[in-house]
Amino acid sequence: MASLIEISPCDGLLPKIAGGMVLSELPFARVTSVAPFKGKTRALGAALKGMGLGWPGPGQSRQGKDAAILWSGMDQAFLIGPDPAPLQGLAALTDQSDGWARMRLKGPGAEAALARLVPLDLRADVFAEGQVARSGLNHMMLHICRSGPDAFDLMVFRSMAGSAVHELHQAMEAVAARTMIG
Amino acid sequence: MRLNCPLCGDRDLREFTYYGASVYADRPGEGWSDAWDDLLHLRDNPAGETTDLWYHELGCSAWIEVSRNTVTHAISATRLLAGRGKAPAKGAKA
Repeated sequence: MASLIEISPCDGLLPKIAGGMVLSELPFARVTSVAPFKGKTRALGAALKGMGLGWPGPGQSRQGKDAAILWSGMDQAFLIGPDPAPLQGLAALTDQSDGWARMRLKGPGAEAALARLVPLDLRADVFAEGQVARSGLNHMMLHICRSGPDAFDLMVFRSMAGSAVHELHQAMEAVAARTMIG
Repeated sequence: MRLNCPLCGDRDLREFTYYGASVYADRPGEGWSDAWDDLLHLRDNPAGETTDLWYHELGCSAWIEVSRNTVTHAISATRLLAGRGKAPAKGAKA
């Protein structure tokens, strides 16, 4: 049998550094989409509480120890990290771990770089830490979460990792050049 | 143009896909009837208030019913198609 080589979605593409910003790949984590069965949202919320999380409303996330759950659309959230076994029977659970390229853009110009690609107001007083959104990264579907005062966690489809890195790197370099000329 | 998604808030037009008049969501019962013929082929073309279906494709994947005015281009309300029959979403522009 052929021996397959395991590589991460952004293997060979990241990190990219420009103007004090760093775009890096997030460490591999289990990603499970969680879509509550009809009438089970409350029970699901309780089960998630037992995992140190909770059911996130639209645009919200819950962070726990080595675990997070991010709202990801209508009646759906992404569980990042833990084994979803405790949620069995309460929600439709789909393993998506290999489907997404997960990156972090961190640095003083992160908002400015993303402003070139994402049609959202990402300033901290509007898009606070822990807030999430589904939107676009240019033409790509994007899941974005503010993970720090100057950091954003980005998820795009794995097949688009190359394009996403290219777009983001260009935006980072453009912002860096602007900053340099003052 | 911006649409107020009941889940995501005010979003740019590029995130949405237009799907035509909202009557398309009112399917007649099982089996073929003239009502199906009407559903597929007959549409009003109003100068004034109309309701459309929009899909928040580059966002939360929700179907949204948008009430708008074809004369003034004003958008009066947006609501989730899944919550049809309920009151317009909070924050929808009056």
